[in-house]
Amino acid sequence: MANVQFDLVSPERLLASVGASEVQIPGADGDMTAMEGHAPTITTLRPGVLRVVHSGGTDEYVVSGGFAEITATGVSVLAEQALPRGEMTQEVFDTMIADAKAALKSAEEVFKNEPGPVDDAAKLISDMVAMGGHIGLSSS
Amino acid sequence: MPSLKDLKNRIASVKSTRKITKAMQMVAAAKLRRAQDAAEASRPYTERFNTVMSGLASGAAGSASAPRLLSGTGSDQTHLLVVMTAERGLCGGFNGNIAKLARTHAKQLIAAGKTVKILTVGKKGRDVIKREFAEQMVGHVDLTAVKRVSYANAQDIARDVLTRFDAGDFDIATLFFARFENVVTQHPTALQVIPAKFEQADDADVALYDYEPSEDAILADLLPRGVATQIFAALLENAASEQGARMSAMDNATRNAGDMIDKLTIEFNRSRQAKITNELIEIISGAEAL
Repeated sequence: MANVQFDLVSPERLLASVGASEVQIPGADGDMTAMEGHAPTITTLRPGVLRVVHSGGTDEYVVSGGFAEITATGVSVLAEQALPRGEMTQEVFDTMIADAKAALKSAEEVFKNEPGPVDDAAKLISDMVAMGGHIGLSSS
Repeated sequence: MPSLKDLKNRIASVKSTRKITKAMQMVAAAKLRRAQDAAEASRPYTERFNTVMSGLASGAAGSASAPRLLSGTGSDQTHLLVVMTAERGLCGGFNGNIAKLARTHAKQLIAAGKTVKILTVGKKGRDVIKREFAEQMVGHVDLTAVKRVSYANAQDIARDVLTRFDAGDFDIATLFFARFENVVTQHPTALQVIPAKFEQADDADVALYDYEPSEDAILADLLPRGVATQIFAALLENAASEQGARMSAMDNATRNAGDMIDKLTIEFNRSRQAKITNELIEIISGAEAL
């Protein structure tokens, strides 16, 4: 099976660097799957689950945002915050939601008359809630 | 001439000082390794981020619609200096050097008729800056409670800086921190983050990418992240530099204490010998007098 080089990096560490056969990315405009020979693309991410299929099985990571650089031979995901799915507990999820809500609040205070950033922050929350629902975590 | 007892006490006290500095040096060495590992771990992200950004930025820089974080506000009247220092002292010239660089910079700007605003990160820098530029200080970020700097800390600082930028508080932001070279050398560095500067990538390296959503939207999304990334990198460099500086400062202190102990011990032995000789002379002259 043809391979793409998959790298997942967060600002704090390199989480994964493996040869994969396909990578499913939660893009801001919709999910996409990158395989070998994909057209070079840069996309931003929404909070969601990143799925990497490689010879040893499938790895899943939860990302909170960031962007991905896709080339014909590799996929680099630069996530703001990323965790292997197994480490994503209700507790972590609650913190993420709380952070997002705080961001929404501060956005509302700073940009009173500009809806853009406020809508973005609100969308971030709903994306996170959707992601939580997807992996079986509830938001309180 | 100090008495024998005084000398003995003095030696004991210098010895315990040496023990403390030795311990601090070893703690700093351990922390330095961790700080270096953290800096190393963040490097792949920063590198890749900058590659993507420079590609995007070189495309957008020419256009009139380029975001203000990239093109600037069109003025350079108000400068924000973000001075990053340590929360603790006892690390040689580390804090002093950064503060000195920031002070010289601030003085130059003021002399050129610009408005200067200063945001400090780290207690030690604030104390120094406050003496001279109390009026220019606009804020302080306290990281005393933070054991290991995380990206969240950098994000908080970046959010603070960006809020000020959006409010039109300043035109140009510069970070001051110490770049870690090795244990003995740390370079105080000034780095401009707003408007963002990226090394221009060679045209050959820049593949033609599809952008999703649009190129502009991605750029607008990434530029604030870029500020946070750069602040995070600076914080990590600073943490490593601080430990490096402390390690070499404490190494020096330990050595000095050792020298002092040697000197005091010689003095102690001499006075003891002198005392014995004195007593002998007294006994002999007493015996002769009989």
